[in-house]
Amino acid sequence: MAMVRLALRSVFSRRVTAGLTLLAIAISVAMLLGVEKVRRDARGAFANTISGTDLVVGARSGAIQLLLYSVFRIGNATNNISWETYQDIGGFPRVLWTVPISLGDSHRGFRVMGTSSAYFEHYRYARTETLQFGSGGPFVDVFDAVLGAEVADRLGYALEDRIIVSHGAGDVSFVEHDDKPFRVAGILRPTGTPVDRTVHVSVQGFTAMHVDWMAGAPMPGLAITADEARGMDLTPKTITAFLVGLDRKIAIFDVQRRINDYSEEPVLAIIPGVALQELWDLMSVAENLLRFVSAMVVATGLLGMLTVILSSLEARRREMAVLRSVGARPLHVFALFMSEAMVFALVGAAAGVVLLYVALLVGQPIVAREFGLHLPIALPGPGDWWIIAAVVAAGTAAGAVPAIRAYRLSLADGLSMRI
Amino acid sequence: MIVEIDRVRFAWKSGQRDILDITRLEITAGERVFIEGPSGSGKSTLFSLLGGVVRPREGTVRVLQADISQMPAARRDRFRADHIGFVFQMFNLVPYLSMMDNVVLPCRFSHRRFERAQTRSGSPEAEARRLLVRLGLEPAELLARPVTELSIGQQQRVAIARALIGAPELIMADEPTSALDEGTRKRFLQVLSEQCDEAGVSLLFASHDTRLGALFDRRISLDELNRNGAGMPGQAP
Repeated sequence: MAMVRLALRSVFSRRVTAGLTLLAIAISVAMLLGVEKVRRDARGAFANTISGTDLVVGARSGAIQLLLYSVFRIGNATNNISWETYQDIGGFPRVLWTVPISLGDSHRGFRVMGTSSAYFEHYRYARTETLQFGSGGPFVDVFDAVLGAEVADRLGYALEDRIIVSHGAGDVSFVEHDDKPFRVAGILRPTGTPVDRTVHVSVQGFTAMHVDWMAGAPMPGLAITADEARGMDLTPKTITAFLVGLDRKIAIFDVQRRINDYSEEPVLAIIPGVALQELWDLMSVAENLLRFVSAMVVATGLLGMLTVILSSLEARRREMAVLRSVGARPLHVFALFMSEAMVFALVGAAAGVVLLYVALLVGQPIVAREFGLHLPIALPGPGDWWIIAAVVAAGTAAGAVPAIRAYRLSLADGLSMRI
Repeated sequence: MIVEIDRVRFAWKSGQRDILDITRLEITAGERVFIEGPSGSGKSTLFSLLGGVVRPREGTVRVLQADISQMPAARRDRFRADHIGFVFQMFNLVPYLSMMDNVVLPCRFSHRRFERAQTRSGSPEAEARRLLVRLGLEPAELLARPVTELSIGQQQRVAIARALIGAPELIMADEPTSALDEGTRKRFLQVLSEQCDEAGVSLLFASHDTRLGALFDRRISLDELNRNGAGMPGQAP
């Protein structure tokens, strides 16, 4: 214990080099913990985004792609499916409900999704949570919109505001549906899912915007006003995907097979959880690589510490001789250098944790805005403690290298002050 | 008898020529002995032997009647901590410790010296303060400063205080005045002698400066004592 006190003093007396070494360790620990946190929170956020939906059906493509564009609003659909198919499958036995999804338009960088009022009823997130209206309610009119919490918050919208939808899903669009503005009918409470960043309209409204369009462009000479459109048949010809709920979970695989065998049109039915698992398997390579790189950064930080302690060794032979003369055994000298490494690792890791939380406080809103990922600021979990313990253990163990050298030196030097 | 060396041979590495070959050396308790010899004559090696840092190849080294050449390393280290105080030529202090922490350092390694300091003044810190005052160092104004800012003369006096704390029986000083100028050297020797007398401590003082020998009870020439005069390197006896 006395050696730990000495080690503390010794480290403190070399504040500048020690400080830089500690900073290197702190940054590396913060990075390792940060990567782990983002990984965990991203998984949690993805896993919490959809529940209560048994199947997602879309045009035949990859399962992950379908999941990403239909639920996470990432990427785009390659193809649509026809309304007839939607109706048809909706009538399959065991199917309790279906919710259509039409995508492809945007509003100031936020995706616009055409759906039905059933969406607000059946969509579940975080296992059992339902969508709640902060104000207003579902669509009443064709040109009604329901905003996700973040859309309303970021763009400063309130009920009854008029919004204009842009064609295409990009941030910047040159073609606007400015002849058919939408009224904000409801604003949802925050969910921490992509729903927060979505503008919901009815599929009818979605169709109405494009009623005077053909092949992806407004038809010249044909302009249909909003009121005229209201009187027309707004049943969509195609939708992008739809969610399916079954009356009995046990039937999932049967219904999935039946949909995938559907002969009228090539469609794909996926089980969200299964597709999510596929996504994780795909991501795990990148995740592991990232963890490996972070671990290497920690190793570099600890190597820096070793360098600092080892390079101080020569200059400290006199100090060791003095300690020997007042009764320190070579084992004490060994303990002194081990303790120094432990002090470095311990203080470095602690500073790393502090650094991580500072970074989280600063970065949380930015990450939420740019990537839609909410990083909750919570106490370190058991996994984090293991990482911290491992870093401290590795740092202390690495201290054996200078400690063994110091031990040998002090054994050889004894009380003689070799300079 | 505080120190008794009997037919001791010592070499730093086995197979090398003996650097020390001493037939007999006796020092009685309370004696102040000056050991003279040029640098490289084996003064430091002799101190390492007496301090129990190394063991002789042959013969016995007794300190306070205990045969330290037969003790295992851990016990020799403890013995040194309990019974011997050291003062070196320079760099006596641990640079990152305060003056106070430097002085009380032996009490952290030796329970015996801790207790003796406590008995004397109530606590090691109080005893350190008493010694520092006796040595002409005013702790109040110096305690706050890092020891590296002290003058060499002050540092050497702090080293005496450290050697004296907890009243060890023997103090070994290895060229403690070489880094001091004339005036400081005189003052240093005076203070050292006074304190050793007061505490009844035996003193072994090694220096190449023969002029200092007159101030001691006895002077021993290491070249005469050591039959393998290392002053003539490469020469076999």
